Amino acid sequence: MKQPFERVVQTHGLSVLRVCRALLDEHRAQDAWSETFLSALKAYPQLDQEANVQAWLVRIAHRKAIDELRKHRPETVQAEVENGDGVHASTPAQNLENLELWQVVKTLPEKQRLVIAYRYLGGLSYAQIAEVLSGTPEAARRAAADGIKNLRSKLNEAQTPGAKR
Amino acid sequence: MNIDKVNSGPTTEETTMLAQLHSRLETEADKSQLTDISYRVFDTPIGKLLLASTEAGLVRVAFESEGYDHILESLATKVSPRILQAPAKLDGVARQLDEYFAGTRHEFQLPLDLRLSTEFRRTVQLELGQIGYGQTLSYAQVAAKIGKPKAVRAVGTACATNPLPIVLPCHRVLRTDGALGGYLGGLPTKLQLLELENPQRQTQSDPVLF
Repeated sequence: MKQPFERVVQTHGLSVLRVCRALLDEHRAQDAWSETFLSALKAYPQLDQEANVQAWLVRIAHRKAIDELRKHRPETVQAEVENGDGVHASTPAQNLENLELWQVVKTLPEKQRLVIAYRYLGGLSYAQIAEVLSGTPEAARRAAADGIKNLRSKLNEAQTPGAKR
Repeated sequence: MNIDKVNSGPTTEETTMLAQLHSRLETEADKSQLTDISYRVFDTPIGKLLLASTEAGLVRVAFESEGYDHILESLATKVSPRILQAPAKLDGVARQLDEYFAGTRHEFQLPLDLRLSTEFRRTVQLELGQIGYGQTLSYAQVAAKIGKPKAVRAVGTACATNPLPIVLPCHRVLRTDGALGGYLGGLPTKLQLLELENPQRQTQSDPVLF
């Protein structure tokens, strides 16, 4: 039996949003989320009953996001990270940490950024990530490890007294 | 800052954004004609009702006791899994129900989609729409009206499986001896609807519940 689509949106809307935000700037992340669920709704009746819905959604989100990434190279992303604090100045303090974390994820090299987003935000296995990125699970695992290490050192840098904050 | 944080529940900001994105999805899905069933949960004096409609019309009115999850799953199987919560699509139905419960509407004017019913049950259910506000008929009288005087039991089943209670007033059908018979929403609800439509009913002899 297939779940009503509304339940798919309720269950996976948040992780797809986080994936989109980790890859794209705010405005395009929202567009990507909308396009992802619209495409998913269209294709939903044909989806295999046994399919992993989360992996399927992240794969669709990946295609939508990658189009945007190819169109707008990192300059945009970089500029946005530098102005990050100003952009989100009005956001409640409790949300800042997550937002800042995403800003930092965006500064990672593309492969690491994608793998981390799919693994930690999208909840995909390395085998599923390998399928999305047409690579091997081992390479995906390595990229994730490098990405996390990279992320940790970037976050530490940001928290060192005398640094920007 | 903690990397584990990314898998936590939604922040207030994310909840707000997801709500905005959901209404945008409702609008865009509607524009592209991708939503096969829209639904909403609506508050009434007899409790919350689930209202669901297709492009053809209102397809389901359900009581909370029926279990909304179960009802939506059954619609996904029988009609289409392209189901979205889209309250605006049911504004018209909600308004007429409000008027009905306020006592100002005696008749519903809504497009109906009876695809969930078999042909015989559909005949019975449409006949229910002919019973006037505040009136009641017996199961036997309804059977006679559709030209199947012996099908009293089948008429009872058709009432019990009415996909559009209140709008198609199966609560106006009673047993020949005046007892309430059955009701999917519960007998107190049936009584409440009958008394809403006919306030004198309360002062008549005590209703026989069983």
